[in-house]
Amino acid sequence: MSVLLVLEESRGRINRPSWEALAAALQLGPAEAVTAVVIGAQTEALAAEAAQKPVGKVIGVEHPLLAPYTADGFCLALQQLIQNESPTQVVFPHTYQVRDYAPALACRFGQVLIGDVVAIESGPVFVRQLMQGRLNGSYRRSGDGPCFVSVQAGAFRADTLDAQPSSGPAPITTFTPTLDATQIRTKPGEPFRGSEQTVDLGSAQRIVSVGRGIKEADKLPLVKELASALGAELGASRPICDNGWLPMERQVGSSGQTVAPKLYLAVGISGAIQHLVGMKGSQCIVAINKDPDAPIFEVADYGIVGDLFEVVPALTEAVKAAQQ
Amino acid sequence: MKIIVAIKQVPDRDTPVRIAAGGKWIDEADLQWAMNEPDAYALEEALQLKEKSGAGEVIVMSAGPQRVGSTIREALAKGADRAIHVMCDDLAGRDALGVARLLAAAIKPENPDLVLTGLQSEDLGWGQSGVILAELLGLPHSTLILQVEKTDAGLKVKRELEEGWFQFIEMPTPAVLTIQSGGTKLRYATLMGIKKAKTKELRTVSAAELGADAAPVVVLEQIAAPKKQKSTQILQGSPKEAAAALVEKLKTEARVL
Repeated sequence: MSVLLVLEESRGRINRPSWEALAAALQLGPAEAVTAVVIGAQTEALAAEAAQKPVGKVIGVEHPLLAPYTADGFCLALQQLIQNESPTQVVFPHTYQVRDYAPALACRFGQVLIGDVVAIESGPVFVRQLMQGRLNGSYRRSGDGPCFVSVQAGAFRADTLDAQPSSGPAPITTFTPTLDATQIRTKPGEPFRGSEQTVDLGSAQRIVSVGRGIKEADKLPLVKELASALGAELGASRPICDNGWLPMERQVGSSGQTVAPKLYLAVGISGAIQHLVGMKGSQCIVAINKDPDAPIFEVADYGIVGDLFEVVPALTEAVKAAQQ
Repeated sequence: MKIIVAIKQVPDRDTPVRIAAGGKWIDEADLQWAMNEPDAYALEEALQLKEKSGAGEVIVMSAGPQRVGSTIREALAKGADRAIHVMCDDLAGRDALGVARLLAAAIKPENPDLVLTGLQSEDLGWGQSGVILAELLGLPHSTLILQVEKTDAGLKVKRELEEGWFQFIEMPTPAVLTIQSGGTKLRYATLMGIKKAKTKELRTVSAAELGADAAPVVVLEQIAAPKKQKSTQILQGSPKEAAAALVEKLKTEARVL
């Protein structure tokens, strides 16, 4: 058996989700069986970084047409590499970039990417979330050929990797795919930042966040009053910002800010994974939700199951009373 | 532009889901169904593209059993010109490739300029249908798109990256895009729209006619409630009692007040 682990670069370094994917790969096989892959126009520095980790070998997939990232370029290059290496499994971090090309790459091998995996059990059986995190599904691949898997950010511990003994850096080789400029059909522009951030939720000690349960923009003052009674910043889940009820800069989650305050109070937020990844590191999490099965309760320290339109005003009063 | 929007009917987010006997799927008996929200954004983007150019056609397509008809009607009521229902009773037993093969077979004869779909479904959350469709149709694609602009050479789209970053991407048409929520405002169907929807063309094709292979390469063996990561103290009583108990806990136990 052999595992091909495709690492991803952010701003010149291999990103954290990639190391979490390595932790997942090491559940599938021993370090000697894991081949780490870095991709780009120049891969020397990335390959050297990867060689320090518990992997059997490192391959730098290098071609001038592999920077910047395009789905066409990455699919063609990795398709050739996989044909060369014939791995049992191909493992990726479940990032926006991987979501953009890995399903097409898997399709070229007649496979389906088992995406966003949160646990690996013996078999191997891959566990991923269904119904916005309300249920877990156990998936098994049937048939032959490479099995493609991507790993959810935060689901596997990357901090355990460095503790593993290393017998010197892993050997590095380079693979040069055959690519032609005409095969790359999209022209990506330079990444740019969205609107200027004026709210720094990251440094807030207390955050009260509001979600879809609030139902109408007219009801937001209820939550704002609670936030002000607590001396907390106001945050939101994506749908609230999508509706334009609060500015995008107040969004907590994978497409917004990542926060870890002392107190995070989630009002009417069901707790889809996109939101949880942005706040589950908070010291104390409180959830108010009418659905006792909402996934937010999986990470909450305290919860009130009930109608937020009754609970939130009562809580505002109780907070004010406690301060007197 | 001729635009096809692939939409999915999913369990309504407010409806409780129960695991069916056997533990392999959810009990569909008492479920309420709704249009997958990211697909609603894809439909909105298509309708706005057509309105901006003043010409073209928006065709909605959905795969699933009879019940999917209500979601297709909703899309027609919002302004789609016609619809194709890929009739298929075994949707939950097909994997992402199996479903994409069905849709691709139904899309091909239409020769659209653009295929749009939501970035992921709210039930299975594969987030792959659009990308696999592009691969099967041999078209360029891009994902997590917030804006689409028609240019002389094809399209210029705004793609969401992680942590508040974006980029523009240019590509030729025909192409496939998966749409991220929040780029536009969703419209409601008007009474007039609902009335007109009844007269619009809704063509049904069966999965058997499309001849797409159903054998899954990835099999869902079991579903279960997730294990809790923390033990949550649920505070009981009336809203007033629960609120008072919570404040007490936050002060004396968690010490965050």
